[in-house]
Amino acid sequence: MPSQPDAPELLRRLCEAHGISGREEAVRAILLEAIRDRVDACRIDSMGNLIAFKKGTGASRLRVLAAAHMDEVGLVITGAEDSGTLRFAKVGGIDDRVLPARMVLIGARRVPGVIGIKPVHLLERGERDRVPEARQLSIDVGASSRAEAERLAPRGETAMFASEFLTSAGGTAGTGVVQAKALDDRVGCAILVGLLAERFEFDFVAAFTVQEEVGLRGARVAAWAEKPDAALVLECTGANEVPSKRDVSPSTRLGHGPALTVRDPSFVADPRLVEAFSRAGSESGIPYQVKQPTIGGTDAGSIHRVREGVPSLTIAVPARYIHSPVSMMDLSDFHHTAALAREGLTRLPGALGERGAGT
Amino acid sequence: MKDLIRSLTECWGPSGHEAGVRELIRGMIPRGFESRVDTMGNLIAHRPAPAGGRQAGRGRRIMLAAHMDEIGIVVTHVDQKGFLRFGSVGGVMPLPLTGGRVQFESGFLGVIGLERLEDSSRVPSLDRFFIDVGATSPADCPVKVGDVASFHRSCEEIGSRITAKAMDDRIGCAVLLQAMKELDSSPHDLWFVFTVQEEIGLRGAGTSGYGVEPEIALAVDVTFTGDTPEAAPMAVSLGAGPAVKIKDGGMLAHAGVKDWLLATAQAAGIPCQREVLLRGTTDASAIQVSRSGVPAGCLSIPARYVHSPSEVVDFGDVQGCVKLLLPALRGPVDIG
Repeated sequence: MPSQPDAPELLRRLCEAHGISGREEAVRAILLEAIRDRVDACRIDSMGNLIAFKKGTGASRLRVLAAAHMDEVGLVITGAEDSGTLRFAKVGGIDDRVLPARMVLIGARRVPGVIGIKPVHLLERGERDRVPEARQLSIDVGASSRAEAERLAPRGETAMFASEFLTSAGGTAGTGVVQAKALDDRVGCAILVGLLAERFEFDFVAAFTVQEEVGLRGARVAAWAEKPDAALVLECTGANEVPSKRDVSPSTRLGHGPALTVRDPSFVADPRLVEAFSRAGSESGIPYQVKQPTIGGTDAGSIHRVREGVPSLTIAVPARYIHSPVSMMDLSDFHHTAALAREGLTRLPGALGERGAGT
Repeated sequence: MKDLIRSLTECWGPSGHEAGVRELIRGMIPRGFESRVDTMGNLIAHRPAPAGGRQAGRGRRIMLAAHMDEIGIVVTHVDQKGFLRFGSVGGVMPLPLTGGRVQFESGFLGVIGLERLEDSSRVPSLDRFFIDVGATSPADCPVKVGDVASFHRSCEEIGSRITAKAMDDRIGCAVLLQAMKELDSSPHDLWFVFTVQEEIGLRGAGTSGYGVEPEIALAVDVTFTGDTPEAAPMAVSLGAGPAVKIKDGGMLAHAGVKDWLLATAQAAGIPCQREVLLRGTTDASAIQVSRSGVPAGCLSIPARYVHSPSEVVDFGDVQGCVKLLLPALRGPVDIG
């Protein structure tokens, strides 16, 4: 199955790479090597997006963009104290509660550090009940002076969670689960690499984008430059299946296949694309689910508004605990998302007609 | 024009689902205009300047925009007993919801209910509400996650006022359609655009502004008033005529565009108000920053209870908007 190669080995390398928003070089280098022999052309644009082109068979005149973002949420060093500890700020959406006592790796040199927290023995009355805010925390790299701390981790360096890529048995289809940081959105990147093994009827543009987590920024300029007739965004989305007394939406669930976004706060999916991908799922026996429509936001949020507008759709691999040091996905969902992306894209010319525009 | 207002406001079309409204409007576009639908779903009606108009330097490329979409709700979950949980499409206020009815695209109705509250003195958040569509389980529920619904309410006259859901901004659509019908001659290259997805981020206006590339842009939309009991102070009243926007939460109106409208109103003897809106914005703010920038302004219809299921406008104000647009578009435009 050409759309599911390299997983999980490519995925492991991608997830373990350092790629906080704005510093996606290491991820891009892995991707560049992975796609080089599969594409007709590729370039890196002014913001750092990696954009690859694969000519179509000529049967369709459409130009279709698929996008996945290279960046992950993390931290940025904002300064050092006289004591040698490092101040930091969050990059992208991170819950303060997941920070204390985490190991981090700072910069390309991967300087190890720990986000310090007082041991339980020393907690004073009341401290136990409160979550410290991120700005009250600091990173300890073992430095004993400001100068040493600044040498190890200069201001502006980014830090990622130190987190091993682990696979284990389990999952609904017995295909196993992955536990790793940055599944959001290295799973999308890995699936997009797989799609570049295909040759579609239409001209295919793959954009591995930067700075999604800080405002969908890379996708906007990539879409502006490429002028696509339609766009598919490959993502990783949250599954919230923690037990609850309330019968409310878990957003998505593991093991139920790719999550289709019909709308979210960033965009309304083009109904023709929703229809094409839903039918692709039903007719090819690929399970899919509809994501809870009032949360999240993806690169489609900026792509669909570019120039005169681009019909767009997001499909995503569901994962638990995203934007934390470790998230978990079901490998069957990963494979099903890759399969649905391929099947759905194949049907696009029929779904859109030749112009891609409405009538 | 009241029939026009009724048919537009009673039509179903939450943001992202404007097809029904679009077809209704498309069927009412007068002769002389060519219309098309763009990628996002905006309906763009164009009447070129008469031969010689543009060449003589008198005609401008003018875009007028009113949005077709209305606020609504979107289903987030169907629970084991067939009740729906939902979130908002656009700015939905929890307060007027309980006991209200919503309608889905397929025509199915639902009643909005509310959980038992521990503290009834506080306005509950949207996640405490649910919709009862008469189902008893997910199996017999006629709607699914992702389906959207609008408020369900008829359009009625109360005195010289009219109340309906979706007055924001079908009343703007009605004003544009009426102006298109009555506008006999104009030296300008005119683009009447009925936009999509205004309530969720001015999205259709951004892309249609890019596509039309106007020299001057004008949105026609509702604005708040300060004339109800204990209202927040605002110098706009119902029945005092159309309002010419000075600024709102997202835009400073182009001074020349604002003056063009005010001068036209004065010359034609049409009472009008100057509007300073502290919150909210309109399609004009998105068009203003499209491409390399567009001189933009907004003609507002004062409205009460905006974003509730019963918005209220004054019919005289609505007619005043049409009366103001006609002379504004008939003559040459100098915005400085």
